[in-house]
Amino acid sequence: MGILQVKNLSLRFGGVVALDNVSFEVKEGEIFSLIGPNGAGKTSMLNCISGLYKPSDGEILFKGASITRLKPHRRTVLGIARAFQNIELFPHLSVLDNLMLGRHVRMKTGLLAGGLYWGKAQKEEVEHRRKVEEVIDFLELEHVRNVPVGTLSYGLQKRVEVGRALALEPELLLLDEPMAGMNNEEKEDMARYIIDIHEEKKTTIILIEHDMGVVMDLSNHIAVLDFGKLIAYGTPQEIQTNPRVIEAYLGEEHAV
Amino acid sequence: MRNPFVMQCGEFHVNYRQDMAIWKIARVRWRIFFIVLCFAAFPMLATDYIVGLATLCGIAAIGAIGLNILTGFTGQISIGVGAFLGVGGYTSAILTTKLGLSFWLAAPFAGLVTAIVGALFGIPSLRLKGLYLAIATLAAQVIILFVISRWDSVTGGTAGLVLNRPTIGSFVFMSEKSYYYLTFVILLLTTIFSLNLFRTRVGRAFIAVRDRDIAAEVIGIDLFKYKVLAFFVSSFFVGVAGALLGHYTMIVSPELYSISVSIEYLAMILVGGLGSIFGSIYGAAFITLMPVVLREVVNLLSGTFPGLEGILVGMKEVVFGLIIILFLVYEPEGLDKIWRNIKDYFRLWPFSY
Ligand SMILES: Nc1ncnc2c1ncn2[C@@H]1O[C@H](COP(=O)(O)OP(=O)(O)O)[C@@H](O)[C@H]1O
Ligand SMILES: [Mg+2]
Repeated sequence: MGILQVKNLSLRFGGVVALDNVSFEVKEGEIFSLIGPNGAGKTSMLNCISGLYKPSDGEILFKGASITRLKPHRRTVLGIARAFQNIELFPHLSVLDNLMLGRHVRMKTGLLAGGLYWGKAQKEEVEHRRKVEEVIDFLELEHVRNVPVGTLSYGLQKRVEVGRALALEPELLLLDEPMAGMNNEEKEDMARYIIDIHEEKKTTIILIEHDMGVVMDLSNHIAVLDFGKLIAYGTPQEIQTNPRVIEAYLGEEHAV
Repeated sequence: MRNPFVMQCGEFHVNYRQDMAIWKIARVRWRIFFIVLCFAAFPMLATDYIVGLATLCGIAAIGAIGLNILTGFTGQISIGVGAFLGVGGYTSAILTTKLGLSFWLAAPFAGLVTAIVGALFGIPSLRLKGLYLAIATLAAQVIILFVISRWDSVTGGTAGLVLNRPTIGSFVFMSEKSYYYLTFVILLLTTIFSLNLFRTRVGRAFIAVRDRDIAAEVIGIDLFKYKVLAFFVSSFFVGVAGALLGHYTMIVSPELYSISVSIEYLAMILVGGLGSIFGSIYGAAFITLMPVVLREVVNLLSGTFPGLEGILVGMKEVVFGLIIILFLVYEPEGLDKIWRNIKDYFRLWPFSY
């Protein structure tokens, strides 16, 4: 049984059908890519998984239990983390604080303890700071640790966005176009980070990405969306040779 | 060797605890100690009138920090501060005069009652944003004032209630100096609590809610809980400020808590700097003292130009409005930013480029 199961999911906005009866399964520990042309419904799918959109129909199971009706923050507690397509960082806060916020649900300090900053609260801050520094090391963000993220370059912000999600120590990581708008060098770095996350931390990853080279290299399985419909599912080889996918999305030049 | 003229180069912190301290550098800690000492020594050198003004600034600063926690740090606008001050003042008045409780219990209790009332009126914030929330808090202002002025048997109606100064044993906080120290200690505690709050989990969550509420939700922040919590803490400090003010002026009555008070508090945090604890203090002092300074100026000028007095008195309001507009246009980050710019200039002095 997969770590995430999407069953007959539909999502409608008035007349627009963003997702149309989509079902798939993500296996534990794999990199699962979601591809498709712009407007196909990929981001909407992630929004359903993280709880920002309520599906009109269907169900989502995480580790066998339904999360369809859970609020977003409850899903985070279960271990689902997300990096957004359009950067959604806290621009006035430093990289450190953004990452500490990524650990929000792993921490306990309440209002009173925090304001008094006594014993336990202080110990907790230090302990979690250590975890956050591990992420900073991992993503090579040491040099911008204390910089407000709003002032960082686009590529770095994308990396911090991934870092904030990683800080949760998630079981399922949702990455929405983490390399969009990056130059080749930054893209290579990001691909390397994703591979490292997958190999070192055994995190299950759902990746949305337009660069087919990257997708074919990294993924264990790929699902293809087109106009809200799932038109194909399979290994990279199967997807590359699937005539419907080639027609709808890949174009002849990607065919093997 | 370190160059003694370059104030803050070559500071390295070797462990996280040290790096996370609020005032990381020994020299800065000494400076804070020195500033606190100055404030403690100040009443010895000033007249009672000046000390009284400082007390009013201090009380306003506690309320302004409260409002800034909500509006500046959490991004939830409120124009009900005036009424919440009233809730604090009246609660303490009722508890001390009618139930005979001591100020030391009544004041924190007044904070708590105001916090709960604030949290209740904060519930709509889950659905309402910006101007719509402002209108909802305006409703709080109107409803609370209505209750205060009509519930005669408890609140004394439009006449209000008379309060006593706090006592410890046989000592009464009657003199200007003694009340100044009381206010100063409470302001100090409020400041330290708030500074700590915003370097730990809950405070960071408040800022997250302000900056990007969707991202905040996805990293696991329960928006409803944290918005209501922000109204709660914020109103607690406003309530304590209300109680302090009530026992200082020794009277509470409805007209002291009108909407213009709410606007003044908003002006304090705007001028001082949204999302800045120290800014709240600067702003509170600025807005409290500005009318006093303007009055002095008017007195001075009308001494020289006798016929002008009538016009100049009217000008006070205009100047007040003008200053706020100038701040909004030229330094939206407020006095705190101006102060930081000055400090940054000297931090690397003499290499200030
Ligand atoms: N909040 C929304 N309101 C209305 N329509 C939406 C909303 N979110 C997405 N859509 C629509 O759903 C479709 C899929 O969008 P999206 O999931 O962002 O596509 P992708 O990420 O694959 O580019 C588009 O037609 C888009 O206009
Ligand atoms: Mg998208």
